Amino acid sequence: MTFDEGQGYAVLATLAAPLLAALIILFIPSEKKMAIRVVAAFFAAVMLGLSIYIFAAYQAGGDQIQMTLKWVWVENTAFLGKDGITLHLAVDGISAPMALLTGIVAFAGTITSWKLNYRPKDFFILYFVLIAGVYGTFFSFDLFFFFFFYELAVMPLYLLIGVWGSTRKEYGALKLTMMLVGGSVLIWVGIFAVFHEANLGTFDMQRLFAAGNDGTLSPTFQKIFFPMICIGCGVLAALWPFHTWSPDGHMSAPTAVSMVHAGVLMKLGAFGIIRLGIQMLPVGAEFWMPGLMVLGIIGAVYGATAALTQRDFKLLTGYSSVSHMGYVLIGLATMNQIGVTGAVLQMFSHGVMTALVFLLIGALYDQAHTRDLKDFGGITRVMPVWVVFYTVAGLANVGLPGLSGFTAEFHIFVGVFRAYPVFGGLAIFAAALAAAYMLRMFAIVFFGPFNIRWKDLKDLTPLETMAGGLLIGSIVLMGVWWAPFTDRIGHTVAAIPGVIG
Amino acid sequence: MRDYTIFIPEYIAAGWAILVIAVELFFPRVRRDYLAYLTALGALVWGISAFFFIGKTPQSFQGLIQSDNFTTYFRLLAAGIVAAVSIMSAGYMRTKTKTAAEYYGLLLIAGCATVYMAAARELITAYISLELLSFCLYILVGYLKRDARSSEAALKYILLGAFSSAMFLYGMSLLYGITGTTSYDGIAVALADRGDSTNAGVVVAFVLILAGVGFKVSAAPFHMWAPDAYEGAPMPITAFLSTLSKAAGFALILRLFSVALVVDAVEWRWAFATLAAITMTAGNLLAIQQSNLQRLIAYSSIGQVGYMLITIAAIGYGDSQVGLNATSGLLIHIIGYVLSTLALFTALTAYHNKTGKDTVEGLRGLAETQPFLALVITVSLFSFAGLPFFAGFATKLFLFQGATTDELLWLVGLAVLNSFISLYYYLMIIRQMFLFDPAPGTVKFKISPVMWVLGAGLMLGVLFIGVYPGPAFKAAENAAKPLFEQVEPSGAARVP
Repeated sequence: MTFDEGQGYAVLATLAAPLLAALIILFIPSEKKMAIRVVAAFFAAVMLGLSIYIFAAYQAGGDQIQMTLKWVWVENTAFLGKDGITLHLAVDGISAPMALLTGIVAFAGTITSWKLNYRPKDFFILYFVLIAGVYGTFFSFDLFFFFFFYELAVMPLYLLIGVWGSTRKEYGALKLTMMLVGGSVLIWVGIFAVFHEANLGTFDMQRLFAAGNDGTLSPTFQKIFFPMICIGCGVLAALWPFHTWSPDGHMSAPTAVSMVHAGVLMKLGAFGIIRLGIQMLPVGAEFWMPGLMVLGIIGAVYGATAALTQRDFKLLTGYSSVSHMGYVLIGLATMNQIGVTGAVLQMFSHGVMTALVFLLIGALYDQAHTRDLKDFGGITRVMPVWVVFYTVAGLANVGLPGLSGFTAEFHIFVGVFRAYPVFGGLAIFAAALAAAYMLRMFAIVFFGPFNIRWKDLKDLTPLETMAGGLLIGSIVLMGVWWAPFTDRIGHTVAAIPGVIG
Repeated sequence: MRDYTIFIPEYIAAGWAILVIAVELFFPRVRRDYLAYLTALGALVWGISAFFFIGKTPQSFQGLIQSDNFTTYFRLLAAGIVAAVSIMSAGYMRTKTKTAAEYYGLLLIAGCATVYMAAARELITAYISLELLSFCLYILVGYLKRDARSSEAALKYILLGAFSSAMFLYGMSLLYGITGTTSYDGIAVALADRGDSTNAGVVVAFVLILAGVGFKVSAAPFHMWAPDAYEGAPMPITAFLSTLSKAAGFALILRLFSVALVVDAVEWRWAFATLAAITMTAGNLLAIQQSNLQRLIAYSSIGQVGYMLITIAAIGYGDSQVGLNATSGLLIHIIGYVLSTLALFTALTAYHNKTGKDTVEGLRGLAETQPFLALVITVSLFSFAGLPFFAGFATKLFLFQGATTDELLWLVGLAVLNSFISLYYYLMIIRQMFLFDPAPGTVKFKISPVMWVLGAGLMLGVLFIGVYPGPAFKAAENAAKPLFEQVEPSGAARVP
């Protein structure tokens, strides 16, 4: 066993841990709630540890794809040639930070769900299946398994939101599921077409990337199918105008699901655009990028404007997510190294800060049973820690230097000004709107006259403080010391064909 | 050469059918569910005997019947379906009827008929096996003769079935008139000799044959009988109809169209593509409005037939390599579909045995009252919808990928869109089970251990195919191969 192979098993273990957790919880009787929580927390901690290891072990100067593990699944059957379908797990400079993000958010979500009392067994089974889907998508270098895990991550959401959610949960769950699976229809057709056109008899993505690069997938073909795949994945990344599931879905979802969903799952969409779009269909990507840029800008401005008028905490965060995912798409659309790197940074940054925001909203909602901004006022008096945490998350959202949002948005803006100077101004305008809606919320909720109704509100529990602390730590870390991130991401982005220096 | 050994598995099955009937004849007081287990045992022995035929050189009986991997594949499938359905019927039939031996005997006979539909290499043989299957099914659908719905369903099924058989027969006779032979190989040669000229007679013959087999597999617009028959039939027979009779229909279509008629594919391939498009769309759109579970499954299975028909269109549009790919995809999809359907009906029958309900509304709160059944139903519905971890994801991917050619990409796209539509009504069922509390007054209940084991076994099968489809796909490819290579070109017997 070579070293790389051994590291491959670490990747496999990261993927297997949530599945194993789901399996073990399946066999614990549902009355033993404490045992279920302990198992869940244990596996979440294992996943976090493995994710940190994977992130740290990725060598920014080494091979593009490291920690490879390749098991042949089906080959030499009918249309499948050699290496037809392989369980090909590996890490590159983009999936390494994404794995880290998943570990952090999943761990925070698990310990936030500690107090969940309604059918925790079913909840954690579905929750861990979702996490497995997310890890699997980030690690898969085989189109079959990529799509397998991509769909796996969407599947449990209907029940997670429908059973454990709040406000209009059935509507939100159904809308979200149908829109996301509707997006998958386009991806599915795209996969069939790519496999047929490449005619290599394999789903291995490295070989399909090569095929996209050397003209085996003809330029015309790429131009026809890139928009399909881009929109299909874009639905999950809240690409305007396919974002409408996002505010509704977030409003209905239970806290931990909102955290994982906004924190990690939406990134799968952007990740899909990178993997299946930019890496596999580079010519098509180059052709269509101005279009994606326009949609991204509209999304960023529209999301921020809509957030300005919201009264519900979760809707506000939902729309701000649309806006921030708009930045991700803008970054990708620049097709230059600094812009694309910024997009991936923004995926990480948005992931941790939105997870933190949803954690805090959940902590408030559990006690107050309302999320209407106008009901609150002067919360600082009763929940000082909560307010400090929220302020940090909010300022990261706005892009305050020293926090993760600044790092990411700075990269993106530089990229936009290089590629499309006209749009640069609009992108910065959206960032200004972000400051407006965040400060408006701060003013209404944190300060203002104290509403006596809330005198009994308790501050964060120790577990919530711990989860929040972990997220804040990541926000600050990326804000002040971004080199570990930019080294890894930049290393891979530089090697993507079509991305200019 | 007359080689009677190729029939050994069916000797066992048919003999066992007589044995089951005789047992009740001589021991009239035998418990009805023991007969079910006896039948399942028979199907098991039948299946095991079929294992010895895997990979053997193809043997033909006078050019009428071909024993090759394709036949053996359907032998195993039919044996499995018969075993599962008879176990499923044990509790159900025990309460509903006094005599059940003929019921179980007919299950085995229908299984044999399926094998011969797959094995037939000659039109008359194909027709006789098709009718054998149909007659078994007519009786089985109307088996609960004191139940008005069951009798009504049987009558509708017989009338429309006879009508479709007549069309099939008419198409066959036209084909015989044009080619002068009923053997598949002979037809292929005669059609090839005919040249390129379009002959109205050939087209009419193809269309009639297509309508006839379309009825049997319930392709739209020939699907009208299916919802009524599914709704009225005893619940395990609904499972039998939607698995065995569809598998058998496709076995016949596959061999007939890929061996005999493929040379004239230009004349019929567009018809199959259209039929597939109409069938999947109609099935899925109509399923949305159903409130009875059996009717809903009927329409959903019509949608599934639409996906499967794409394969036949692909055989027509592509060369033999495409045909092989597409057929392998279809054969593995049939396994996945059969496993999911059987798992679903095991759960529904177990539920019906306890509560007597068969509506979507009736499943309300099942996740609270009987979580295991809710899990089995969810797994099979997600498998139908093609979600990962379950058979449907992998098998649909293989089915559609195999059929993807430049001409048929639109159809594959439509199929994926349709499976997206189907997710909607599957979610409506899942919603009843998980999102709503049980109706007031309902209590938790337990199901019989036999049904538990059967449900769990089938569910594991669904998961296995979904996660590790390799072995099943390889088997499907081996089964499809005989259809796309010339087997004994000279041994074909001509019926005078």
